[in-house]
Amino acid sequence: MTSSTTVSQTVSAADALRIDTEVVLSLLVGFVREEVHKVGFQRVVVGLSGGVDSAVTAAVAQRALGPDDVVPVIMPYRSSSPASEADARAVCDQLGLRPVMVDISPQIDAYFERFPEVDRTRRGNKMARERMSILYDLSFAERALVIGTSNKTELLLGYSTVHGDMAHALNPLGDLYKTQVWALARALGLPDRVVDKPPSADLWEGQSDEEELGFQYALVDVLLYYLVDERRTRVELRALGYADDFIDLIVQRVRDSQYKRRPPVIAKLSARTIDREFRYPRDWGR
Amino acid sequence: MSPTGPATQGLASDAAVASRETPPADAPVAPREGLEDTTGAVVVALAQMAPRLGDVATNLDRHLTMIDEARRGEADLLVFPELSLTGYFLKDLVPEVAVRLDGPELERIARAAGDLDVVVGCVLESDETRFHNSAIYISGGAIRHVHRKVYLPTYGLFDEQRYLAAGDRFRAFELLLPRASQPRRWRAGIVVCEDMWHPSAPALLARQGIDILICPSASPGRGIIQGAALGTALSYEWMTRTFAQLFTCYLVYCNRTGYEDGVAFWGGSRVVGPDGSLLSEPGGAGEALMWHRLDLATLRRVRIAYPLLRDENDELNDRESDRIRSRRAQD
Repeated sequence: MTSSTTVSQTVSAADALRIDTEVVLSLLVGFVREEVHKVGFQRVVVGLSGGVDSAVTAAVAQRALGPDDVVPVIMPYRSSSPASEADARAVCDQLGLRPVMVDISPQIDAYFERFPEVDRTRRGNKMARERMSILYDLSFAERALVIGTSNKTELLLGYSTVHGDMAHALNPLGDLYKTQVWALARALGLPDRVVDKPPSADLWEGQSDEEELGFQYALVDVLLYYLVDERRTRVELRALGYADDFIDLIVQRVRDSQYKRRPPVIAKLSARTIDREFRYPRDWGR
Repeated sequence: MSPTGPATQGLASDAAVASRETPPADAPVAPREGLEDTTGAVVVALAQMAPRLGDVATNLDRHLTMIDEARRGEADLLVFPELSLTGYFLKDLVPEVAVRLDGPELERIARAAGDLDVVVGCVLESDETRFHNSAIYISGGAIRHVHRKVYLPTYGLFDEQRYLAAGDRFRAFELLLPRASQPRRWRAGIVVCEDMWHPSAPALLARQGIDILICPSASPGRGIIQGAALGTALSYEWMTRTFAQLFTCYLVYCNRTGYEDGVAFWGGSRVVGPDGSLLSEPGGAGEALMWHRLDLATLRRVRIAYPLLRDENDELNDRESDRIRSRRAQD
C-alpha cells in the first residue's frame, strides 16, 4: 500500500493506529459477552444507521451472542438517505440479523410543528434522542441491553449528542479511533459499500462528518493518538508536522466537550459523595 | 465460565507431564507409584481463573473445587492468581472482602487442601486495620508464609495505594510439598504482579536461594498496536523468561482471566524453566487448570551450565549499596 519512498514520519503516523485486529476482536467479543451476561441479560439492541460504527458493533455483538440475540433497529427519518437504509439492511443480511424498522418521521415532524424555525443542529439532536428513546423502549420490550456505537474520535471531539447516540449500557468501540474501526470493519469482511463510503451522521441531506468537522479522520486520529495516548508536547507535535492552528482547534474541542464524557456534577456536601469518596466498581456484586 | 477439568487441553497439550498418565477428573486418588525418583520432581498446577468481583463466598467455593481437582490430579502445589478470593478492581470493597490470617476462609482452604500445598490470593486485614494485597502459602493445614505485595501500582488504570497498604519484605521460604518425594527441600519466593516489574525483588529472593519464583498476577490487557500482540502480554513474556534465566530458577506465573468493569485480564499463565524456556504453551484467555512437572535435576543441570548465582558478587552489591546510601545521606 505504501511505497518505499514514503517518508518515515508518515510511516510512523500510520503505524500509530495500526491494530492487531484479531487481538482486538477477541477482546471485544469477550467484553460484550461478559458485560451482557454478567448483568443477567442475554441480548442486545443496537441502532443500525448504515454506517461503519454501528455495523462493526452489530458484527461484534453477533459474534459474542449469536444472531438471534442481537436486535438491530433501523430508524430512518423521511429525509434520511435511502442508501443508508439499504446499507443497514445489507449489514443485517450478511450477519443473519432480522431488523426492526421504525420510521421516526411522524414524531419528529409532530414535535417541530411547534417550533418550525429551528436549525438543523437542533433537529438533528432531537432525532438522535428520539432514536435513543426508541432503543431504550425496545430494550425493555426485548429484555436486551442497549449497545452503543460511539468511537474514541467522536467521544474525544464531542461530535455526538448527549443522551442521544451517547446513551447506552455498554460501548465496545469507545477506545478505538475511527481509523481503527475501519480496520476492524475490513477484518470482519463487512460490505465494501458500508466501509468505503464517506462517514455521515445522516441527520440532514448531504451531511458529511469530515466537511462538518473541517478535517479528515485520517489526520485527526493520528493527532489525537499523539495527544491523548502518548501525551506528546506542543514542541513534539510541531516537529511531527502539525500546525499550531490545528493543534489548538483539536485541544479546544476535546476540552470543551469534557462535560459530555462525565456524569453530571454533584454539589459536594457530605463526607462521602457519590463517585468522589463513594467508589465502587461498576461490576459490584456481578 | 467454569474452569476446565484437569483432563482437558491444559493436560493433553502439556509435554512436561506427558511422561505421566493423568487420571480423569473423577478418578480416585491413586498411589504415587513411580514418582519416587531421584530427580526431585514436583507437579505444579496453575488455577487460571476469573474470580467474581467482591464475592468471597463464591470464590471460596471455586477454590475448594479446584483444590479437589488438583488433589485428584496428584498435584503437589496449586497456585491461584493475585486476589483470587476477591477479584481485583475492588475500590471501596476492600474492607468488606478482607480476611484475617486466623479467619475461617483460609482455615477452610487449609483443611480442604490437606497434603496439597496451595498459594492463594486475598486481601489480608491486620490488627492495625491495614489491608494488604497478599499471597498466602498453605501447607499441611497451616499458613507457612505470607507475602504482602510491596509495589502497589498507582498509575494509569491502577489505584492500589488509595486502598491498600504496602508490604515491607521479600523473604524466601521452604516448600514442604508433603506429597512429593524429594532428595532435598525446594525453596521458593513470591512476587505479586507489579513486584516483578522491580528487578530488585526477584534479585533479593534469588540471593536468599530460591528454586521457584511464584508470581500470582491480575494483569489487565492493554496495548493493541499491530505486531506487538497484546502489549502487557508481551512485557510479561519478556520478564518471565528473562528472570527465570538470569536467576536460574523456575518461574511460575499464574495470571487471572475474565473482565472487570470492561477491563480484560489476559491469562497467559505459564511456567518457565531455569534456562528461560517455556515448559509448555502459555494459557489462553479462558479459565483453565494447567499442569507442569518441575524437577531439581533440571535446575542442577542448568546451574552447572550457567553458574550465575555462584558468581553473583554479594559483597560488591552490599558495598556499592552502602556507598550509594551514605552519599544520599550527605546530600
